[in-house]
Amino acid sequence: MDKNQQIIDSAISQEYEYGFTTDIEQETIPPGLNEDVIRLISSKKDEPEWLLDWRLKAYNQWLKMDEPNWSKLNYPNIDFQAISYYAAPKEKEKLKSLDEVDPELLDTYNKLGIPLEEQKMLANVAVDAVFDSVSVTTTFKEELEKHGVIFCSFSEAVHSHPDIIKKYLGSVVPTTDNYFAALNSAVFSDGSFVYIPKGVRCPMELSTYFRINAANTGQFERTLIIADEGSHVSYLEGCTAPMRDENQLHAAVVELVAHQDAEIKYSTVQNWYPGDPKTGKGGIYNFVTKRGTCLEVNSKISWTQVETGSALTWKYPSCILKGDNSIGEFYSVALSNNFQQADTGTKMIHLGKNTKSTIISKGISAGRGQNTYRGGVKIMKGAENARNYSQCDSILIGGECGAHTFPYIDVRNPSAQMEHEASTSRIGEDQLFYCNQRGISTEDAVSMIVNGFCKEVFNELPMEFAVEAQKLMEVSLEGAVG
Amino acid sequence: MLKIENLHAGVDGKQILNGISLTVNPGELHAIMGRNGSGKSTLANVITGRDNYEVTSGSVTYNGIDLLDMSPEDRALSGVFMSFQYPVVIPGVNNTYFLRAALNAKLKHQGLKEINAADFMRLIREKLKLVNMDEKYLSRAVNDGFSGGEKKRNEILQMLTLEPALSILDETDSGLDIDALKIVAEGVNNFRNSERSFVAITHYQRLLDYMKPDHIHVLIDGKIVKSGDMTLAHQLEEKGYSWLES
Ligand SMILES: Nc1ncnc2c1ncn2[C@@H]1O[C@H](COP(=O)(O)OP(=O)(O)O)[C@@H](O)[C@H]1O
Ligand SMILES: [Mg+2]
Repeated sequence: MDKNQQIIDSAISQEYEYGFTTDIEQETIPPGLNEDVIRLISSKKDEPEWLLDWRLKAYNQWLKMDEPNWSKLNYPNIDFQAISYYAAPKEKEKLKSLDEVDPELLDTYNKLGIPLEEQKMLANVAVDAVFDSVSVTTTFKEELEKHGVIFCSFSEAVHSHPDIIKKYLGSVVPTTDNYFAALNSAVFSDGSFVYIPKGVRCPMELSTYFRINAANTGQFERTLIIADEGSHVSYLEGCTAPMRDENQLHAAVVELVAHQDAEIKYSTVQNWYPGDPKTGKGGIYNFVTKRGTCLEVNSKISWTQVETGSALTWKYPSCILKGDNSIGEFYSVALSNNFQQADTGTKMIHLGKNTKSTIISKGISAGRGQNTYRGGVKIMKGAENARNYSQCDSILIGGECGAHTFPYIDVRNPSAQMEHEASTSRIGEDQLFYCNQRGISTEDAVSMIVNGFCKEVFNELPMEFAVEAQKLMEVSLEGAVG
Repeated sequence: MLKIENLHAGVDGKQILNGISLTVNPGELHAIMGRNGSGKSTLANVITGRDNYEVTSGSVTYNGIDLLDMSPEDRALSGVFMSFQYPVVIPGVNNTYFLRAALNAKLKHQGLKEINAADFMRLIREKLKLVNMDEKYLSRAVNDGFSGGEKKRNEILQMLTLEPALSILDETDSGLDIDALKIVAEGVNNFRNSERSFVAITHYQRLLDYMKPDHIHVLIDGKIVKSGDMTLAHQLEEKGYSWLES
């Protein structure tokens, strides 16, 4: 059967599919933020002194910072004192194996399509499952260890690999980088840690699945990926949350470091709850800082993101191209349907010689959605023969949505070659009628056109997830026309 | 096959068709001629169910069923096809993919098994030959960057692939050079049989010389003012339309 047709057939529900809540005994600290809360989080994780100090320093810096207001996002003020900064499923004992994971949690991940039990696991994809503030389990750990690959929760890495954490934490995104990064640095709970040793090609896809469950809590995860000399890794993150009437804050930080000849491919399929499609009530506020450094010669970092969820998305995965001949890539599909707003893009900072960056951004606006591309390309003085290619396309479905493009270009070396293309199109009545006249329904026509529009980006996703992303697009677009 | 009775219709509040009656039997080819703006495309759009076209009175039935009650895709699925006067560009959607989706929609509607990619390629290669089209058009986006003539040939390719019972050809001849015109006319002629019906909308006698319609109707101001056979087409070519105006 036709792949696309299959996808369409399975996308029957118009509801957000992952909106259920897990009924589980949870330990949640009361709302509010102060030094004591940070001390409490740190002590719950049994953290070393230096890390607590690092958090407190970040907190004090955050207090002096202002919330950014330069984006096109429109939202009421966030009350940071009304949020709980830590929630975790109550554990009986320390977990030794999966048999001890709460069956409720296993069931939750099954419902999300991420089975964690050994016999059901996705072949060739290792998963770190993060539930609210903690990592529940990581699969295929032993298999990975055979290759010297470290893949574990961030909290675990703090204990098992303190030297690496100490060396790289905050080295790409400093605590003072921006308001939300500072907040994350102060209160981050869990996340994933990856280290690929010299010359190793990671034998499987690594993936983290983030799930927000508890009400009134924020999720602040932190991911750190180090690819040592000549290594290669492909990493994917997915995320969902229950339907709740209140907005929930998600402020993550991701740091990537690629050493000489190393390559990191980082893919995101973001499907946080977007809010009620009719009223716009609820949904996740997604403020994320993602950045990678191509530290040494011939390294490469590639970001691919499919952003279909969240009420608000504020996210600019970036590359610092420090090593000569290093390559940065950004492939993005961002969808804003109904009341969703997305302000997303990238920053490519060229420092090394012969550095190259590619930006492919596809924005889809439907309903009353507002979609903004914001991208910066900076060619510094020493970046001899740098090259950038940027392509920003927007597609509009219906008359009430909007698309905006803000490319910022700063060239300080005359040898730079810059290419920029942009387009805006609308799925027109004439196109839909043409499809209808050939027997193709409007809904199928829209997804066909949108999938065609996103093809270049979907092609960058690992095989297993490309289909997932298309499916997600169908569901997210339902009801966009007619 | 198609029965139109006293049809009054308009678009966006503008009255355009003022009482059209037309019966097309299985196997027949009817030509509709008329000046620009006389309502030919409007008639085609009303039959195929385009949005914003409102029927104020009259009826259109297809094999006895009320066509006006059906959605555009249901009309298409039950065998009504229009070759567009201005075929639409769909960027990013591969021509082969589009055509196969259309064919599969039809097969599914008929309760038949969908066609797989390999069988489809075999089928489409045969059809391409019939309209003398190069295979390279298959891998391009639907009508994207096609010349006027290529777009029209692509429409006929779609007709030959979907095998509709009723084909409405809206100025399929305009934009074609004489060689392409011959190819398109031949494609249609070979496709004709005792069950399939056609309504060919055109300005020119040329196309009709090749297609040999059973009936010719002249449309002026949204009304059929005269019907006849090929001699009528010759008269129009000679004298224009003014002698028919009241
Ligand atoms: N969307 C529309 N709104 C208003 N008038 C229209 C619209 N579409 C067509 N018309 C008018 O209707 C008349 C008939 O158009 P059409 O059916 O396209 O003629 P033909 O195909 O015979 O050239 C013309 O006067 C045209 O300008
Ligand atoms: Mg016309």
